[in-house]
Amino acid sequence: MTVEPGSLPPPTITLTPAEWARRNLFSSVISSAATGLVIGLLAWAVITVGGWAVREARWDVVLNNQRLFLIGQYPGNEAWRLWLNLAVLSALAGLSVPVYGGTIRTLTVSLSALQLILAVLLALSPLRGLIALGLLANAAGIWGAYALGGLRPMPRRWLTIAWLLTIPLTFVLVTGIGVGQLPDVRSNAWGGLLLTMLLAVVGIVLSFPLGVLLALGRRSSLPAVRLLSTVYIELIRGVPLVTILFMADIMLPLLLPGEVRIDRVLRAMGGITLFSAAYVAENVRGGLQAIPLGQYEAAQAIGLNPVQTNIFVVLPQALRSVIPANVGLFISLLKDTTLVTIVGLLELLGIGRAILAQPQSLGAHLEVYVFIAALFFVLCYAMSQASYRLERALGVGTR
Amino acid sequence: MTAGATVGRRQARVPPWRDVRVLRVGGQVLAVAAVAAALAWLGGNLTSAMSERGLGFGFGFLDARAGFAIPDSPVPYEPNDTYLQAYLVGLLNTLFVGILGIVLATVLGVLVAIARLSGNWLLNRTTGAYIEVMRNTPLLVQLFFLYFAVLLQLPPVRQSIQLPGSVYLNQRGLFLPAPEPSGSFAPWLGLVAAALAVAVAGRFWSARRAEAGHASPRFGRIGLAVAVAVALLGWFVFGSAPLTFEAPELRRFNFVGGMTMSTSFTAILVGLVIYTAAFIGEVVRGGIQAVRRGQVEAAQALGLSEGDTLRLVVFPQAMRIIVPPLTSQYLNLVKNSSLAIAVGYPDLFKVGVTMSNQTGQPVPVVVLVMGTYLAISLLTSLLMNAYNRRIQVLER
Repeated sequence: MTVEPGSLPPPTITLTPAEWARRNLFSSVISSAATGLVIGLLAWAVITVGGWAVREARWDVVLNNQRLFLIGQYPGNEAWRLWLNLAVLSALAGLSVPVYGGTIRTLTVSLSALQLILAVLLALSPLRGLIALGLLANAAGIWGAYALGGLRPMPRRWLTIAWLLTIPLTFVLVTGIGVGQLPDVRSNAWGGLLLTMLLAVVGIVLSFPLGVLLALGRRSSLPAVRLLSTVYIELIRGVPLVTILFMADIMLPLLLPGEVRIDRVLRAMGGITLFSAAYVAENVRGGLQAIPLGQYEAAQAIGLNPVQTNIFVVLPQALRSVIPANVGLFISLLKDTTLVTIVGLLELLGIGRAILAQPQSLGAHLEVYVFIAALFFVLCYAMSQASYRLERALGVGTR
Repeated sequence: MTAGATVGRRQARVPPWRDVRVLRVGGQVLAVAAVAAALAWLGGNLTSAMSERGLGFGFGFLDARAGFAIPDSPVPYEPNDTYLQAYLVGLLNTLFVGILGIVLATVLGVLVAIARLSGNWLLNRTTGAYIEVMRNTPLLVQLFFLYFAVLLQLPPVRQSIQLPGSVYLNQRGLFLPAPEPSGSFAPWLGLVAAALAVAVAGRFWSARRAEAGHASPRFGRIGLAVAVAVALLGWFVFGSAPLTFEAPELRRFNFVGGMTMSTSFTAILVGLVIYTAAFIGEVVRGGIQAVRRGQVEAAQALGLSEGDTLRLVVFPQAMRIIVPPLTSQYLNLVKNSSLAIAVGYPDLFKVGVTMSNQTGQPVPVVVLVMGTYLAISLLTSLLMNAYNRRIQVLER
C-alpha cells in the first residue's frame, strides 16, 4: 500500500447540534420513541425529586445529626484526635501525588472533593459551621501538601515508611491506648462514617496477608496444604457475609478461652477479615496464574529455593497486577460493612437507623437514606474510577 | 565413571533437612498438625464454654414445637409445627426469592445491556447512570430505602392505589387476582400439552431433515403458532373458561381473596432484582462487545438479517464469555437474599436467627443455616458449570 506524500489525514467530522441530535437521538422511529420516553421520565423525576428536595425534605434531620453521622458517639472532647489523624493522612496523600502519580492523584482529588461536598453540606447548617470549616481547611491541606511535594518530591522510601507508620498512629489516636495522657475511647463509642471506614480498612489490611498465604497454599504442590486452603476459600465464598457476621457475633466468644473478652466491633472486624481473606486469595490467585512459568524456571536456575522464589520473584509481580482487583474488593467491602447493622453495630447505616428512631426525626426515612446513599456513592464512585485508571496504567489485560 | 559414582554417593548423602521428599512430607505434616491443633484448641474452648452455659450440640430441638408464626409462607405452617418445618419454610422462601430473582434479574439485565449498547445517546447515558448508582451504593441501603421510604409510605389499605385489572397497591403489599382452575381446566391443559408436544417433535424432525441435507419447512415457528392457536381455540371450545380469576376484595380490615405479594417480599425481590440487574447488564454488555466486529461484518456479508446475526453469530459467542461471570452474579443474588432479614421477610437466615434466639442453641442452628447456604451455592455453580461446559467451543 502506498501513501501519497500529499495525502490528507481522515477528515474530522464536525456535526451541528441538529445533525448530532438526528444521529444520536432520532436515528429511527424506535430511537425517537425511546428519546421521548426517557425525556418524559427524566422530567417527571426531576420535578418530583427536585420539588421534594427543595421544598418538603427535612434536611435539618441530617444537618443536626452530622456529628453522629461522621463519628457516632465518639466523645466530642476527643474529636480533635480524629481531626489530627485525618489531617496527617491528607497531608501524606497530598505529598504522595507527585511521587506516585496518576492513581494517587485521582484518589486524592476525590478525597478532597468528598470533603468539599461534605463541607458545603454542613456549612448550610447554622449549628455546626465548625466541622465545615475543619473539612475545608483539611481539603486545603491536601492541596497545600500536593504543591509542596511538587516543589521537592519526597523520597519514595520515606513515603512508604510514613504510610506504614500511619497504622500505629491511627490505632493510638482512635483508641487512645498506649499513651498515658490520652483517655481511652472504647470501641462501642465508635460509629458513623468513622466505624465504616475502620471496618473496611482493617478488614482489607488484615485480610491481605492471610489471603496471600491462602492463594499460595491453593497453588502449592503439597496436596494437604492445597486441600486445606481450597476448602477454606470455597467454604467462605459459599455462604453470605451476614451468616459469617452472625457466627462471629455469637460463636467467637465461645471459641476463645473464657478470660479473653472481645467486644462487638472486634468480632465484626474478625468476621469481615475472615470473609474477605477468601476473596483476596482468589484475586491473588488470578495474579499468580498470570506469572509465566519462565519466571519460576529462571528463579530455580539462579538457585533460589521455593520460598525465595515467591518472595523475590513471583509475589512482587503478582501483587502489582492484582491491585485494581483489590481496589474493587475494597469498594465492595466498604459497601458490605453496612451489614454489621444487622448484628447491631452503629456504623453509617446503623447510626442512620438510630437517628430515625429519635422522636424529632420520625418519618425522615428518605432524607436519611438519601444522605447515606450519597456518601457511599461519592466514596465508591471515586474509588472505582481510580481503579479503572489504575487498571489502564498497569496495562492489566492488555499485555 | 568415577564422576557418576561420586554424584550417586553425594545424592545418597543429602541431609534430611535439605531432601525435597522429606521437606514435602514434613511441610504437609506440619501444616495439617497446625490446623488440627488450632481446631482442637477452638473446639476445646467451645465445648467448655458451651457446657458452662448449658448449650448443646444436638439437632434434637428440630422436633420440638417452634411456637413462632411466619407471615409469608408458601406452604401451610402454624406456630404449633416443629422447628424442622419452620426451617423448611425458610428454605423454601430463600429458594423462591432466589429463583424468581435470578429469572427477573436476567430479563432486566439483558434489557439494561441492550439500552446500554443502543445508539441513542440519552437512553445510553441514563442507563449508565442507573448502573453506576446501583453499583456504588450498598444493597442494604437500597433495601432500607425501598422498604421504609417507599413501600411503607404507600397509602393504607382503605386508600389503596387501584391499578388496572383489579390490582391494588397499599402499604401492606400488592394484591392481585388469583387464577382459579374450573372443571374444564384439566382437559384444556391436556390439549395444550399435546399441541406443544407435537410442535416440539415437529421442530426436531425438521431440524434433523435439514441436517441431513433435505429441504424442509421451518416447522419450528409454524408449529408454535399452531399450538398457540389450538390453546386459544380450546379456551372457548370447552364452554366454560378453564381459568377464572378471583379478584381481591376489600373487606373490613384487609383485602380478601386473590393473591398477595407482601411488602416485605416485594421489597426483597424488587431490591435484589434492580440491584443485580445492573451487574448482569454490565456482564452481558461486556460479553457482546467482546465479540469481534469482523464476526458481525462477516454475517452481514453472508446476507444474514440483523436478527439472525444476533441469534446465530453474536449470542452464541458472547454466551461463552458471559456465563462464568453471570454464574457469580447468580451466586451473589442467592447469598444477598439473606438480607431479607432487614425488611422482615422470613427467609432461611431470618428463620435461623429466630430459631437460635428461641432455642438458645446457636451452634447447631449456625451450622445448619451455613451448611444449607453452602449447599445452595454449590448446587447453583454445579448447574451453571454444566451449562458452561455445554456451550464452550469444542477445541481440538
